[in-house]
Amino acid sequence: MTSQGPAEAALLSVRDLVHHFPTNAGVVQAVSGVSFDVHPGETLGIVGETGSGKSTLARCVLQAPRPASGSVTFRGTDLTTLHGTALLKARRHLQMMFQDPFGSLDPKWTVRTLVEEPLIAYRTGDRAARRQRVAEVLELVGLDPAVHGRRRPRELSGGQAQRVAIARAVALSPALLICDEPVSSLDVLIQAQVLNLFEQLRAELGLSYLFIAHDLALVKQVSDRVAVMYLGKLCEVGPGEMVYRKPLHPYTRALLDSVPGTAPAAGRATTTISGEPPSPVHPPSGCRFRTRCPRARELCAAEEPPMRELATGHSVACHFPLEGAAAEAGAGPAARTTARSEERIGETPR
Amino acid sequence: MTGALLDVEDLKVTFAGRGRPVRAVDGVSYSVHPAQTLAVVGESGSGKTVSCRAVMGLLPQTAVTTGSARFAGTQLIGLTDEQLRRHRGADIAMVFQDPTRSLNPTMRVGGQIAEAVRAHRPVSRPQAREQAVDLLRLVRIPLPERRFDEYPHQLSGGMRQRVMIAIALACRPRLLIADEATTALDVTTQAQIMELLLELQAELGMALMLISHDLALAASYADDVIVMYAGRVVEQAPASRLFSRVRMPYTQALLEAIPRLERPAHAPLPVIGGRPPDLSALPAGCPFAPRCRHAADDCRATEPPLAEHEPGHSWACWHPVGGPAGRLAPGNASGGAA
Repeated sequence: MTSQGPAEAALLSVRDLVHHFPTNAGVVQAVSGVSFDVHPGETLGIVGETGSGKSTLARCVLQAPRPASGSVTFRGTDLTTLHGTALLKARRHLQMMFQDPFGSLDPKWTVRTLVEEPLIAYRTGDRAARRQRVAEVLELVGLDPAVHGRRRPRELSGGQAQRVAIARAVALSPALLICDEPVSSLDVLIQAQVLNLFEQLRAELGLSYLFIAHDLALVKQVSDRVAVMYLGKLCEVGPGEMVYRKPLHPYTRALLDSVPGTAPAAGRATTTISGEPPSPVHPPSGCRFRTRCPRARELCAAEEPPMRELATGHSVACHFPLEGAAAEAGAGPAARTTARSEERIGETPR
Repeated sequence: MTGALLDVEDLKVTFAGRGRPVRAVDGVSYSVHPAQTLAVVGESGSGKTVSCRAVMGLLPQTAVTTGSARFAGTQLIGLTDEQLRRHRGADIAMVFQDPTRSLNPTMRVGGQIAEAVRAHRPVSRPQAREQAVDLLRLVRIPLPERRFDEYPHQLSGGMRQRVMIAIALACRPRLLIADEATTALDVTTQAQIMELLLELQAELGMALMLISHDLALAASYADDVIVMYAGRVVEQAPASRLFSRVRMPYTQALLEAIPRLERPAHAPLPVIGGRPPDLSALPAGCPFAPRCRHAADDCRATEPPLAEHEPGHSWACWHPVGGPAGRLAPGNASGGAA
């Protein structure tokens, strides 16, 4: 993301974030130079497959672990420069929730204690005020404080446990909620209820989300903008509808083709890419997707494609983006590849 | 029905626990034909996996199975483990969700495939090795001779699932049951594995049963779909018909709750409240009635039977979506559906 309005308007602004893990097999390049913004009230979805680095990215935003380099500016402060209580204070407005609700809830505690804990940790109000707040947020997430408040995690269903995790996350009235695969362990009917709860909280509390998942349809459902991640890098960022209707990156196309549809006319999901993601220990030179890309040429191995904006707010990191918006930009080798240019994206400013 | 490979009739499975007995599968009937792809769809606890494991004789001792399951004419229910072993693998094989847990981590993958070959066929070790390499090639694993000597941890999730499929195909089964076989995989890998399964099905002329919680996956790959709820089949239809003319309100709820690419962002998903019923204490009438938008008094009094109301399309509902069917429509009530 390069030009999404003035940088100070962004709630969260991540620039050139890099993180590596040393392992026995070598250094895993989990996140390799990722930049994006999340604006107030906005939901940015990040979609990526196993090993794309999306979960590491989420944790690096929280400074747990600290990224190797890059900046994470949240509400005007660069979190990478903060330590100790200053970091804790800044993180109060930045909460996170994970895939497995039972794994993130202490099995010995009651629901009421679990939701009160973040309030105690940040020394919020007295006991009566905290109990009041616990009841409020439990009601907000659709749980009955009198009934569910006394239960322990094992007495909850998966959907209820995830609601408790959400209640914990919103108890401190955060500005941004980072969700890492928050509904992938739930059955589809419960998943729909929890997704609707996220939308309700967005409207009622003015929450912003960084919503991370492997399911493109799910990410598009909740997000204003969608970023597609592959092997530690973003390959496409744009408004959800644009990414769906006019994908620019061949990997986004492949993801879209792989999603099974339920519309009566929907064709069979297909694979347009072969093989498997390469190891993040030895990522390919140039474009990291080139080893599986049907459009790859010599240039893709030689040079890493920079992220560039081809339509308003719609950017791609590809030397030979898919037809459509690419021709509008008329930049670089892309223009040569798009014989059948489509004129429908007329609003693109040059 | 004649010509069915597997014919299941009035299958019931009861788990006798410490408390009240749990009827996990309650009167399930279906048939699978040669070369057919049948999907069994339902939420956790709907009985989709238990009903298939019952057929294979893979349930724990506490399970009591009654009813009939004929494979190519042979009754499987009531057979001893020894007798069933001749059918498992050779006639019916299964692929499970988690290839990591199904494979032996201390054994090379080729050896595990060769073991499956030798378990059913009197072949020498070199022959078994040759067949194992052929199987690796069959499931499109690149460099099969080299992969033969690798351990499961050296393979990706998709490759491990291909190895599991190779093991399942070791004896060229006539029916392959894939139980959530792609659930743990990424969407692009899932599409690759599903395509592989359908290609192999065509090549080997197998019947395929897909057990899945994912209605969209079923819609995309199966010929026919069975929807299960509370241990019962509540709707059965050809995949295309199920999604163009859904009849059972439960199936409709499942369909509507799936996030779809075509749907605008932030639009609330239509949801139904409640949870699947406790199978040890089912209410009278239709088990879905407490959560159903169309439920009326008759739904809470009498359980609707599964019946073929339209050619090839069965449902168990007194007030189906879209109004009553042409024939056999019970009660001819208003239908209640908009």
